[in-house]
Amino acid sequence: MSSPPRFDGGTTELDAVSEATHIGFWRRARRSPSFIAGALITGSLVLVAILAPVLSPYSPYQLNLYHILAGFSGSHLLGTDELGRDVLSRLIWATRTDLTVGVLAVIFPFCFGTLIGTLTGYFGGVFDTIVMRIVDVVIAFPFYVFVIGLVFVVGEGTKGIYIAFAVVDWVVYARAVRSTTLIVRESDYVAAAKGGGLSTPRVLLRHVLPNTITQAVVYVMNDVVLAIVAVVTLGYLGLGIQPPTPDWGTMISDGQPFITTHWELATLPGIAVVITGLGLSLLGDGLADALRPPS
Amino acid sequence: MARYITWRLASAVFVVFGVSVVTFLFLHLEPGSAARTLLGEHATPRAIAALQKEWGLNESLPIQFIHYISDLVHGNLGTSYIYQVPASRLIGERIGLTATLVALAAIFAVLVTVPLAALAASHKDKFADHAVRGISVLGLGMPSFWFGIVLIEIFAVHLHLVPVGGIGSGPAGYLESLILPAITAAIGIVPILVRSLRVGMIDILDAEFVVTARAKGLSERFVLVSVVARNAVVPTVTLLGLNIAYLVGTTVIVEQVFNLNGLGSLLISSILNRDFPVVQAVTIVLGTSVVLINLATDLAAARLDPRIRLQ
Repeated sequence: MSSPPRFDGGTTELDAVSEATHIGFWRRARRSPSFIAGALITGSLVLVAILAPVLSPYSPYQLNLYHILAGFSGSHLLGTDELGRDVLSRLIWATRTDLTVGVLAVIFPFCFGTLIGTLTGYFGGVFDTIVMRIVDVVIAFPFYVFVIGLVFVVGEGTKGIYIAFAVVDWVVYARAVRSTTLIVRESDYVAAAKGGGLSTPRVLLRHVLPNTITQAVVYVMNDVVLAIVAVVTLGYLGLGIQPPTPDWGTMISDGQPFITTHWELATLPGIAVVITGLGLSLLGDGLADALRPPS
Repeated sequence: MARYITWRLASAVFVVFGVSVVTFLFLHLEPGSAARTLLGEHATPRAIAALQKEWGLNESLPIQFIHYISDLVHGNLGTSYIYQVPASRLIGERIGLTATLVALAAIFAVLVTVPLAALAASHKDKFADHAVRGISVLGLGMPSFWFGIVLIEIFAVHLHLVPVGGIGSGPAGYLESLILPAITAAIGIVPILVRSLRVGMIDILDAEFVVTARAKGLSERFVLVSVVARNAVVPTVTLLGLNIAYLVGTTVIVEQVFNLNGLGSLLISSILNRDFPVVQAVTIVLGTSVVLINLATDLAAARLDPRIRLQ
């Protein structure tokens, strides 16, 4: 369907994006305790990641073999590890590493999954059937078995993590967006937009997507949590971020042999992961509250 | 019901086939790498070619795929490059441990989830509900392997209640050494289960048949136990089925934390040893098991709730 010239460019009365929902968003966000708490925790972590060079008292790589496994002290607030590196500095730099990798890992799945979900939900047919069977296969695989297998093929390190997430994670977005698209495409405003002669891309971009993407946006926060947990888990197994780059996962696995004498080495990085997860999940819950149109 | 079972069986067969195709592609897209990594960086091209011929990697991809599928159909999962024994034997020795661990973890997960979800649903928007939801948010961002290490610190290192790792002797020792690993694996899925089951239970509490039961003057306890709980069984079974894949994946990592010699440890050691046939075999066995468990839970749910098979 090609659109008549008068609908080209600019917003027309047929474009059903409601301005009111955007104004209401910030008002509802400010009232949501989850949103405020989540934004504060996540914001602080992002600041720590950005200001890592300023905040960390030592270099995260600096070895000091005369000062290994030192407990909490004035000069090393959180002690040193088995190679004499400052634990606090490594925790701070690991925030930068793991947040970056976690966020980058979900960008492709988010975009690709949303695109596929919109197209399959809107057009249906053979394409939809084939894609959904692929989704079934990916979901049948135990997540970590699939990711570990893929990292095995493409190699350890961040590259493996990105590829593994790109292959596995898009299905979640595709499924969620597809199911809302199925509902939205039957709605009156989509029928009106089509009847008004708008082109298919325009109907999809301005009338379908704004109403289906909310769920995907909310899920992104939870997904970054999953990605960070996965990055940390792969690091723990020796398949993720490679030493000596500071990463919470490798810090935990390096600390595990010392749990009888230095519990903090394996425990502190895990607490950092839990705080990060808490912040992002709360932010996701708050976003869901704020994006939900008033009933 | 017969139609539902046929349809469900057909889709399970399709997914198992898909799982084998994906696993095949994993390991055959870069055919040179297996021989090269096994022989080392300084291997001559001739040595690599010879080894590839021995493994049948010199054929074209479609021919390799046909060999691979026909082997699979005959139950031949390949031979380990490292141990020189059939992969099926290595898997047979370890699958019992992993299966027990998954089963125990599933039981723990249900034992923890159902009361928590019931508490939250029956106290919707009150303190208990907020507390349960808060705990599940915390749990979502917690790496399960780290939780396992913390459990070891507390219960094995400080309280000496259970062994630090490995498997105890005798049936009692066997189960005892699986308690912490099973709890660790269960904690990975409990937050997801609690969140979904809470919503399911709230729907049931608002359902007309519950209102009717109350209006008939039945005691609140009877309503909760016989009406609400019975109707919550189906969503619990379905949810468990949906999350079994994630649980199996977590078990792979938990085995590593507790030094247990199951399929997960076999998978990871085979990856580090570049033992392709074993990686392939373990992946297929785990993927297929998940499909079969999903099939079983779906059929059980359809048996329990006629609405599902009519959809």
